[in-house]
Amino acid sequence: MAKKFLSGNEAFAYGVRFARPQVISAYPITPQTIVVEKLSEFVENGSLKAEFIHVESEHSALSCAMGASSVGARAFTATSSQGLLYMAECLPYAAGGRFPIVMMNANRSTALPWNIYGDQRDSLSQLDSGWIQAYAENAQEALDLALMSFYIAEHKNVSTPFMANLDGFVLTHTYEVVDVPTQEQADKFLPPFKTENKMSFEEPKNLGFSAGPDNNIIFKYKEHLGLLKAKAVIKEAETHFESIFGRQYTGLTESYRTEDADYLLITLGSISGLVREVVDRLREEGRKVGLLRLRYLRPFPDEEITAAVRKAKAVAVLEKDISFGNEGTVYTNVNSALHKAGINIPSSDYIGGLGGKNISDEEIEQIFTDLAQQRTGVHFIGIGGGQSGS
Amino acid sequence: MTEILWHGRGGQGAFTVARLLGEAYSLKDGAYALAFPSFGPERRGAPMRAFTKLDRKPIGNRSEVKKADFSIFLDDTLFSGQALEELKDGGKILLNTKKKIHSPTVITVDADSIAEQYLGLPITNTVLLGVLAAVSGVVSVNDIKEAITLSMPQRLREKNIAAVKAAYEEVKE
Repeated sequence: MAKKFLSGNEAFAYGVRFARPQVISAYPITPQTIVVEKLSEFVENGSLKAEFIHVESEHSALSCAMGASSVGARAFTATSSQGLLYMAECLPYAAGGRFPIVMMNANRSTALPWNIYGDQRDSLSQLDSGWIQAYAENAQEALDLALMSFYIAEHKNVSTPFMANLDGFVLTHTYEVVDVPTQEQADKFLPPFKTENKMSFEEPKNLGFSAGPDNNIIFKYKEHLGLLKAKAVIKEAETHFESIFGRQYTGLTESYRTEDADYLLITLGSISGLVREVVDRLREEGRKVGLLRLRYLRPFPDEEITAAVRKAKAVAVLEKDISFGNEGTVYTNVNSALHKAGINIPSSDYIGGLGGKNISDEEIEQIFTDLAQQRTGVHFIGIGGGQSGS
Repeated sequence: MTEILWHGRGGQGAFTVARLLGEAYSLKDGAYALAFPSFGPERRGAPMRAFTKLDRKPIGNRSEVKKADFSIFLDDTLFSGQALEELKDGGKILLNTKKKIHSPTVITVDADSIAEQYLGLPITNTVLLGVLAAVSGVVSVNDIKEAITLSMPQRLREKNIAAVKAAYEEVKE
């Protein structure tokens, strides 16, 4: 292993390189561009043997990856924001076809107003497309997730495409220290892609198959089971990963000082680092606060959330997302899990960071202060005149 | 945590040096750094900022530096008295200028001349990194040398290392 000073995009590109994809379909969009640029350099200098295909749109990028996957190739693509929305038609195609494509999404706001900065409305709008969705916190996790995503997606019990999300700019464009593994280690972790769901001249199949009212629901039920089974495979992948690389991951969620926490903040992505610092500072003042970071949104970590929240007095969600006319989508999902588990404590939703707006440590501290006062409802951070909402 | 705020114009290498500093510092075990530019469109000649954060533990706060330990100007046309408001108590400004400024807070150096001599160009980013090493001790010249060797194209390495050393020695004297 070697230490390198890399951006989130570069770290992810290294992870993809070590996974030896055979086909990369690329269409650039800020702030994702660097990941496909870096991969094109790897292909150019011979450190990665892959077909690097320049396509004419994001819709084609995912279509191309599907074609590659259907003939048994390990396929990778990447996108962001409007690009993800433009390929949205293909997302359920890839999931329904059970093609274990890996895609990096650089989380970025969606127009209008036009904005290139980070928020999570792009990927969260596609939660129902049938893809696994993971959210990295830092560049190290980005690299590690790139490697693990292929393992999880391609597992025969899962066979589901994987969307790895990195917060635009604050993660994709920030440089930090990353332990870069060797190809030998990566090869030990990740075997070559093998699948029975493969089309060839010897075994011709139909790529765009149809299923009528009689058995369509069977396909959809099996697709659902594939995502549910991913829960166990994620654990298996992380145990295997730790045995080779020595770094430990904690499954669908990561708990930080939650054991005896009265007030719990649930969030996802790169803001978690700052929340952790605020938790430490408030703990020194004797305030019993904790952080639950959602590493995966699909499959949804309902059991992990209820286990972490069970002893808390109040819980809040902080998310860079709003489902207009309702509330943040992560909040809706969290509340559903709590309700099913019979947990009835005050919960609140904090919408922040839209269009790349900074979320400060003072604003996070304010959420914990609100929690202690059992505040409920949906609140926007940083819209002037204090935090307000419904 | 040590926080450094870099001011330059597009093309002067402010982000490159923010990254070099982070890399030089974090070569050691147990050292962490974040480096990033002010995000958004970049244009040659337009004012821009870059940030380096250095600590002995992982850094969770990815926000821009609001109050710096060192605020470094690659271009003195960007410098004004307002810069003092972005300093922590005891913070210092390192300013590339031919002018003399009599202030305990502002350290001036004619980085253009050093850069002309060693690089043949008025690109002062690595010169000011040498000045920072001399003034702060947060990184050594050797750490910088290693970072340059790791991340700069071969044709630029030796002359930039020479520029760092010259800047370091001029300020140390």
